Order: sequence, then C-alpha cells, then structure tokens
Amino acid sequence: MSSIPHDHVAGHGEGHEEHAHHPAGIMRWITTTNHKDIGTLYLWFSFTMFIVGGVMALTIRAELFQPGLQVVHPEFFNSMTTLHGLIMVFGALMPGAVGFANWMIPLQIGAPDMAFARMNNWSFWLLPPAAILLVTSLFVPGGAAAAGWTLYPPLTIQAGMGMDLTIFAIHIMGASSIMGSINIITTILNLRAPGMTLMKMPLFCWTWLITAYLLVAVMPVLAGAVTMLLTDRHFGTTFFNAAGGGDPVLFQHVFWFFGHPEVYIIIMPAFGIISEIIPTFSRKPLFGYASMVYAVAGIAVLSFLVWAHHMFTTGLPTAGLLFYMYATMLIAVPTGVKVFNWLATMWKGSLTFEAPMLFAIGFLFLFTIGGFTGLVCAIQPIDVQIQDTYYVVAHFHYVMVAGTLFAFFGGTYYWLPKWCGRMYDEKLAEIHFWLSFVFFNITFFPMHFLGLAGMPRRIPDYAQQFADWNMVASIGAFGFGFTQLLFFYTVVKCIRSGPSAPARPWEGGTTLEWTVPSPAPYHTFETPPIVK
Amino acid sequence: MVRIKTGNRAGRRLLQAMVAAVLLGPGAAMAALEWNLQSPVTPIAQQIDDLHTFIFWICVVIFVAVFGVMFYSIFRHRKSVGHEAHQFHENTTVEIIWTVIPFLILLFMAFPATKTILAMKDTSAPAMTVKVTGYQWKWNYDYLQEGFGFYSNLATPTAQIENRAPKGEHYLLEVDNPLVVPVDSKIRLLITAGDVIHAWWVPAFGVKQDAIPGFVRDTWFKAEKVGTYRGQCAELCGKEHGYMPIVVEVKSKDDYAKWVEAQKAKVAAAGDDPNKVWDLKDLLARGEKVYAGNCAACHQATGKGVPPAFPALDGSKVVTGPKAVQIKTVLNGVERDGKPTAMVSWKQLSDTDIAAVITYTRNSWGNQTGGTVQPSEIKVARQ
Repeated sequence: MSSIPHDHVAGHGEGHEEHAHHPAGIMRWITTTNHKDIGTLYLWFSFTMFIVGGVMALTIRAELFQPGLQVVHPEFFNSMTTLHGLIMVFGALMPGAVGFANWMIPLQIGAPDMAFARMNNWSFWLLPPAAILLVTSLFVPGGAAAAGWTLYPPLTIQAGMGMDLTIFAIHIMGASSIMGSINIITTILNLRAPGMTLMKMPLFCWTWLITAYLLVAVMPVLAGAVTMLLTDRHFGTTFFNAAGGGDPVLFQHVFWFFGHPEVYIIIMPAFGIISEIIPTFSRKPLFGYASMVYAVAGIAVLSFLVWAHHMFTTGLPTAGLLFYMYATMLIAVPTGVKVFNWLATMWKGSLTFEAPMLFAIGFLFLFTIGGFTGLVCAIQPIDVQIQDTYYVVAHFHYVMVAGTLFAFFGGTYYWLPKWCGRMYDEKLAEIHFWLSFVFFNITFFPMHFLGLAGMPRRIPDYAQQFADWNMVASIGAFGFGFTQLLFFYTVVKCIRSGPSAPARPWEGGTTLEWTVPSPAPYHTFETPPIVK
Repeated sequence: MVRIKTGNRAGRRLLQAMVAAVLLGPGAAMAALEWNLQSPVTPIAQQIDDLHTFIFWICVVIFVAVFGVMFYSIFRHRKSVGHEAHQFHENTTVEIIWTVIPFLILLFMAFPATKTILAMKDTSAPAMTVKVTGYQWKWNYDYLQEGFGFYSNLATPTAQIENRAPKGEHYLLEVDNPLVVPVDSKIRLLITAGDVIHAWWVPAFGVKQDAIPGFVRDTWFKAEKVGTYRGQCAELCGKEHGYMPIVVEVKSKDDYAKWVEAQKAKVAAAGDDPNKVWDLKDLLARGEKVYAGNCAACHQATGKGVPPAFPALDGSKVVTGPKAVQIKTVLNGVERDGKPTAMVSWKQLSDTDIAAVITYTRNSWGNQTGGTVQPSEIKVARQ
C-alpha cells in the first residue's frame, strides 16, 4: 500500500499538496473518505476474495480429478461449491466492479470525489465483516452452508448455523451494495463537469449508472428472500413449506428475480471497461455510442422479464415456458449489437495489442461463446437436458470468468499507470494473458462435453465415462489458478519498481482521466474541467 | 494402489485420445470420449437432439463469420503494418441490419422449439402411471394401477467409492431395484419428494423434472427401444446428492407382464405378519439390510456417523437406553428448536423393518443390549 500516491506525489504542478492531509498508516485506510483510497481498498479486497474463492475452486477440482472420493467428504464438497459461488459473486466480482467505479467514475466525469464520501467509507468497511462471517461459517458446528449459492429450501431449512451466518453475510453485503449504488447514481447524475452531458459520458460510466439502478432494484428482493428463509428456519413461518401452505418454488421465483438481473450486474461494468479499452487501442472512437447505451438499457429492462428460465424444469405451465423462452432469446439481440459495435470499432482502426487489448479481445471471443451457449440454454427443450449439468457450469464461467474477470484484468493493466504512476511489465502481462486464456479453455471447454454427456453439477464423484474430461478440466484449473500468482507478481512489481508513467500512457486514450498526472493526485478536479 | 492404477488408465486413455486427435483429426478422437448428448430412445429426446444440432450449427456459422471479420481486422488493420485509423463511428443502416437479422434468426430457432415444448407438455392418454418420490437419498416407485411399489437405492459398494476396490462398469449408475416399464408405451410419471427438492432425470428419454415436496408434477416418456437406461438426481439435495442414480429397464410388453406378475407374487409372499415373534438372529440379518439401505448414508456402516452433523449410533444414549425412546425417534424423527433435522421420520418403513433395524443397532458395534424389539411393539407405538 505504501506506493499508493499521497503527499509526496502532489508535486506535479497541480498545487494540491495542501489538501492531501490524512492520517498515516492503518488509520488512513480505516477513516478514508477519498474515492481513490476506497477504490484501492475495494480492489485489494476483491483480489483477496478471488484468491480465497479460487482455493475453494481448486479443492473442488482436486476432488474431481478422478472418480471416487479422495480429498474431501461430500458434505464439505458441497460447502466448497456453495462458498466458492457466494464468495466469487459477492466477494470478488461485485466489489471488484465497485473498486473500478470508485477510482474511475469521478476521474471520467470530472468530479472531485464521490457524492457521499462518508457513506462510501461505510459501504466498503461493511464488506470485511461479511467476508469473515462467510469464511468462519466453515468452522461452526454443522459446517458452512452446503445447499449451493442459490440457497434453495427446503435443503437450506435443514442446515446448521453456518446457514444463518451466510444469511447475515448476504444482508450485510446487500446493504453495502445498495449504498454503493446510491452513491454512484448520485455522483453521475449530479457531479458531472460542465458540458459533460449524459450522452457524452464515457461508456464505463453509463454501464455503471444502469448497473447501479439494477442493484437498487434487486438487492432488497434478495434480502427479502433470505429473511423469509431465516424466519422459516427459526420463527415458525412456512413461506417455503407446503405443509404450512407455502411453496418451495416461491423461493426460486424470488431468488431469480434478484438472480437474473444480478448476472447482468456482474457483466455490465465489464462491458463498460471493454468499451473503454477497445477504442483506445484501435485509435478510433467507439462505434455506435448511442446504440451501445440503448443496448445496455435494453438488456437491463429484459433482465427483469426472464428469471424463470433458471426454473425450466420445475414444472412451469406451457404458457410460462414459452414466454420465458422467447423473452430470454430476445436478449441475444442487444447483446449481438454490442459485440458487432466492438468489432466495428476495431474495423479499419490502427490496432496495437498491449495487455489490456489482449484481454479485451479474449473477452470478446470467449464472452461470445458464453453468449451462444446461453442461447442454447434458453431453448427450453434443450435446457431440459442441460439444466443443472456441467454445460451450465461451462456457460456461466465463460461469461463470469472469461467475461467479467478478463475485463477486470484488462482494466487493471489499462488503469494501473494512472493509479500508481508506474508502468507494468508488458511482457509479464502478456504472458499472464496467454496462460490465462489457454488454461481457461482447458478448464471450461471440456465441461460443455461433460454436461451434454449427462454429468450433473454439484456432485463430488462421477461415473467412469466422465473421467477423462474431468481430469483435463482439473489440470486446466490448477494451471489457471497458479497463473494468477503471476498477475499478483506483475501488479506488485509495477507498484514497487515500474518505470514512471506519463499522464497519458496510451496514445489513443481520450477520456478525462488521462488529463490528470500519473499517478492521479490525491485530490483531482477541485475546479471542474470544461468539456466541449 | 487402486487409485493410482485408475489414474494410469485414465491418463493412458487421455493420451490415446490426444494422439488420435493429432493424427486423425477431431472426429476420430471424439469417438473415444463422451462429448455429445446421449443417444435418444424417445421421440422427445430425438427432437431435443435435433434441435440442439440445428442451433449448434447456426451458432458455429455465425461465430466463424463474426470472428473471421475480427481476425481479418486484427491482421490487416494493425498499426505495425502501417494501417491508419479511420474515424467513422456511426452507420444507421448497418446498425439496423445487425439488429434485424439476429431477430429473424431467432424466429427460425423459436419455431421448432415451440413445437417440441407443446409435445413435451402433453401428458394426456398415458398407458400407465407411476408415482415417483424422491427421498434423501433414494427413489421410490409406486405402480399405482398395479398396487405395488418399492425403493430404489444405489447399488455401488462403498469400497468402490472409497477406492478400496476397482470400480465397476456402471459405477454410481447402478441400483438395487430399477424402474421397469414396457416398451412403446406412453408412461406418465407423477413426481414429488418427501423431504427436499430432487430432480428425476434420464438423458436418453429427454426427461428432467424437479421433485418438489408437497407438490406433484407430471411428465411422460415413451421409450422405443428395449434396454437399460441410466440417469441421476439433478438437483442438489444434500450430502449424498451424487449417489442417488436412476435406472430404468425398458422391457418388451410380454416381459413386462411377466415382471409385474412376479412382482405381485413377491409382495404377497413378503407380506410380514406384524404379530410374528422373531428371534434375534433373523432380526439382525434383516436389520443389517434395512440399515444399509436407509441409515448408513448418514450414520455410516461403522455406526460412527459423521459428527456433529450425523451423530454416532455406536455408544449412543438413545440406542443403548430404553427401547421406547429409540422407537419414538425412528418413527417421528428428531426436531430441534421446532424445526426438522436431517433425522427425518421413518414411519414409511414396515413394522418389521423398523423392529429389525432397531434390534440391529442395539446389538451391533459396541452396543450389546442383547434384547430384541418385536414388530408388535412398533405397531403399538404407532397408535
């Protein structure tokens, strides 16, 4: 952390030094209301959780390396799949996206800080207790939650107190997300520099604005669902128990009314990052800016109308199946528009392939595969065969890992020079990309085959015909996991000893953050810039 | 040792597949590995298979076209070959085209999918109906018209799962009592569950239906080929979720009729007289089987359980204490703080089975109470 710019870097002629007073050491981070400090906290928290969730993933892949039980017991295996999902979604991907938002939105719209600086501090500091609740639930009697990250009752009603800790963790993380979103919405709507109309904002700010609205809309729904679980567990209600007039499937409806928008919450900030990187390294403006904004808005609206495609085998009525199938298929249209626009941005550009661009192209390529398999899953009769199989596991890792995570890697390399004033080692970053790309595909591509051939997900042991592809996937997973140590090394090396970066390290960078020095001074845009 | 041997075999197969892939092209290599949907044996599964193939190829064509353009751009429009960036950033015509064309392609996909959905949901006019109930962790099949039913448990020995014995051909996909149905007949399934949500799935039939406690859903299949078909529970249902397979034997109509007769005769013969007085030896033999089929998943064959979630029976106060307490526990299950625990009620077992399994637990491992529990005591306790 020592490398994060403070007082001594303000000598870039901006005259900010008199404003950069803040406590030193740990108190700086606990009491900070500075959007850059808080962004940094979010990003390191996200990386830490990524490692914790990654270790859980490797535990899963170690057990699945061969048929038979070798490494863990089935109950612990179920806890691993459950916590891996919860930690990656709520601990790694969402806070990672908020970290990028904290750092970049004020810099991109010319605002001095986030609108609610103290609430920003509180939104972050809610997260570590939630993470501690989740991780320590492994050590309570009965073990951690083991019913899958989707927490379907009645299985969750049977569970021990680890489930209660999980429910409280979700409440806390939900509160954090709602506060973060209100902050982002207010910042974008009220603190833009003079002349920066909404339709002149960088696309990253647009995708986050829409994401924040989705979060405010659906996080309370999740809180409601898990609260009903809690009262069913301890206070004698029967929301999800048919014996008392409830319905276990009700939980699934409420959960996925949150859960489907949630997956767009995770991918849309990534869309934004990619929409910043591709124009920069194509040296060309983003193609179809307005249609990009409309496409994101369209996806957001549709995301509220498709939740029951996660429930195609629960026995929905025919009309329901048809409605949710058609609505889900429609999402392919705005998603296609986005992919075509990114390609058109590259078309006749002047392309270079630094690490951010490599990750953006990797994103484009693999996210599109994930989009196509999503379309396959949307066809209800096909989904009957592949629902709850490894095909679905492959599908959502193509959009969550090769989609969002690759965009985060690309975004990290893209903005690291701005964050710490130093350049990363291009060669190491490119090796990081190629290893990630290759190992990702070795891990997840065979899972399509496993799912089609009939291997259910969330099982600790499997029939012999699935042995070969599982072994391939496990080898890939360990390769992918260890590759991320290289990412850590590359980032630390950059922070400690990278060569100094200019204010605008990328020739094609046109947005406002490249007009302030690198590293970005502790306070920026105290006098708003004028945008023409 | 066994584990290492398995690993070598799998490794060798993988190596062969990789070599084949390099030498013979992808088609030949894929033949050695499972990589596509299982061969369909019902009209619905066939339609699903065709639908998947159709949509797969549409996606492949679009993918190749779109990324062909991207790679062309990557090679021709790079700065290192001196390409100058054009500054265009809008073209309404192009944008309308690439919004409308995907929409039309989607219509093409939606049409056959709709037809299949309508066919799948039509459960009318079945030849026979079987009620399927999912339990943690086994299936129960009730032949409603024939008046008999049975449980279907995993038949793979624990030794194979724990790598103490070589794994069989149908490792984890074998059961003691399969569902038996006649060929070429529309079989309607009424699916529900007794505890948590399960899902009944046989890939070759194209049937997957969640089993929801407290609700009954229906689905159907019509197998067109005699044979044995295997599937698994597809909804996470707790610790042994990976160990509750589904096996369906499709028999010719004659064989099926014979099987039904045999089944009815067996039920008649096995009807236990609840007033019969059993001796310890017979109860222990019967109890061991009941224990293996119903209790060992949690309490373990060793009686040691998996504390704290699944308590040990060996040395347990309940098992070695007064009979009445243990009978009540088995019949009613255990509630803690007013909510059910993993120890559910076992009252669906017969009086004789419950008497046998209680006798077994009271006289196994370190427990040596010496006495028996008779079916008549269970009968009384039920009232």
